[in-house]
Amino acid sequence: MAVVAGTLLAAAVELQAARERSYPPAVADDAALYLRSGTLLQRLTVSYNALAADVYWIRAIQYYGGAKRRLDATVFGPPPPPMLAAAPDDYDLLYPLLDITTTLDPRFNIAYRFGAVFLAEPFPRGAGRPDLAVALLEKGLRERPDKWEYMEDIGFVHYWYIHDYRSAAVWFDRASQVPSAPWWLKSLAATTLAQGGDRRSSRTMWQAILQSAEIDWLRADAQRRLAQLDVLDFMDGVQAKIDAYVERTHEKPSDWATLVRAGVLAGTPVDPSRTPFELADGRIRLSTQSPLFPLPDEPSHLEPSSGRPPS
Amino acid sequence: MRAIGWIAVNVFRESVRDKVLYNLVAFAILLIGASYLIGQLTAGQDVKIIKDLGLGATSMFGLFIAVFIGIGLVSKEVERRSIYSLLAKPIHRHQLVIGKYCGLVLTLAVNLAVMAFALYVVLAYMAWGVPPYVARVWDAPALDPALGTAIGLIFVELMLITAVALFFSTFSTPILSAALTFGVAVVGHFTADLRRFQDVVDSPAAAGLARGLYWVLPNLAQFDVKADVVHGRHVPLGYAANATAYGVVYIALLLVLSVFVFSRRDFK
Repeated sequence: MAVVAGTLLAAAVELQAARERSYPPAVADDAALYLRSGTLLQRLTVSYNALAADVYWIRAIQYYGGAKRRLDATVFGPPPPPMLAAAPDDYDLLYPLLDITTTLDPRFNIAYRFGAVFLAEPFPRGAGRPDLAVALLEKGLRERPDKWEYMEDIGFVHYWYIHDYRSAAVWFDRASQVPSAPWWLKSLAATTLAQGGDRRSSRTMWQAILQSAEIDWLRADAQRRLAQLDVLDFMDGVQAKIDAYVERTHEKPSDWATLVRAGVLAGTPVDPSRTPFELADGRIRLSTQSPLFPLPDEPSHLEPSSGRPPS
Repeated sequence: MRAIGWIAVNVFRESVRDKVLYNLVAFAILLIGASYLIGQLTAGQDVKIIKDLGLGATSMFGLFIAVFIGIGLVSKEVERRSIYSLLAKPIHRHQLVIGKYCGLVLTLAVNLAVMAFALYVVLAYMAWGVPPYVARVWDAPALDPALGTAIGLIFVELMLITAVALFFSTFSTPILSAALTFGVAVVGHFTADLRRFQDVVDSPAAAGLARGLYWVLPNLAQFDVKADVVHGRHVPLGYAANATAYGVVYIALLLVLSVFVFSRRDFK
């Protein structure tokens, strides 16, 4: 009896494997969100709202990760300039998923913070929607007005993605006034107001995020950003040497070997991941193969927006 | 009192032999165990997921246990014709009803204890070896004693639902009793909408009826403190005591009604 059952089971498995070899199953496209109302879902899930929030959170994570991996595989060069970038179709459902998650569980802390980062990240690493990131965090603040971390995050979005330093400083200052807020928020607010866009204030902000990050991913991202700032410092130093060489010889170096032979550099400069920098037209630049690519747009090189204090 | 105790013990013994019960509890434990794997998908929210899924499974499967065993408490005796021999014995009908109820409550308590134990085991395993800087940012500790408050109120809610199932079973068929009990369980979580009915209707009579139903129907939403406990929000002792007292009073009401209906039922 067991032999017969085992044989039949093996036959069924082999038949299925043969069918999948001949007729591969279609990849399921689950990029569909039929129910978009968090309030409706609250009704449908009765007293299991928090559990439903967890399900939508998992879905948001998988949706974002899947879109990012797909885009990483298809984008061979540096990301297009923002004004030429296609509409971020691949992240269309990210905000609705996060909105549903936080409606079902208004105290789902990481959904606000994690979600805001990836809504604000420029396309294709994120949705490129800092406005939605701020909206999500403000929703969290309505539920928990004493959550200084959300205020800090709003300030961070204004600073890093919108380049609105005045609004960033206002939010950092507002966060510093929460009784449980850490002492360094006050100095961060002052630094941002005085030196908005300066690399030092950026470093201070990322170090603050590194200290307050609750999950490994956020800590790793803060460490990556700090490494990128270190690379920018390093590149400035090397560029100064290249400029001095050009001024002395009136010739732009064609490769690193020229500079090494001239005694300007000890060797080919590499980034922390041991990827060599590139030299083009007398300018040092980070290789596109480097895990730190692309480097952030330096806020000091951009026109700071006039901004308006947040309401 | 002794008769009630003996009936309760017999109901408990009969319930633990029910395969449906074992399947439900085993599935609940499986789900709680699986929450550890599901937690790996959540970018650092595994403790929250395990607690949500554990408490949710305890509540949901406890509801199934309460309904599917509660609806058969009286109807099984009638179908098997054992009700006649029971009633021929020197026990009052109210002792039979209350004894049946107590037996099922005992069954529920044991099953809830097993599921709560499984949840704590998974949480303990998950929390083992976690660095302090990670544990510090959790809303509540992994082995949070406040989970006991949530489980306690779930138990009171299930006791109330069991009383509802028992009440329906005294005069209705098992299928209808199950449907009505599930209906009451769902409506019990939406009673707040009945209270606000006047905001959406013009008819004072309809608003008055809705308001009356709000006060009469069991308010089950007050027993749901799962989200508060998972997020580390303190559940005041006074709140828990008030909810428990409400549950006990409502259970007493349902048992009185059940005894009233069962006492007047003519078994022929």
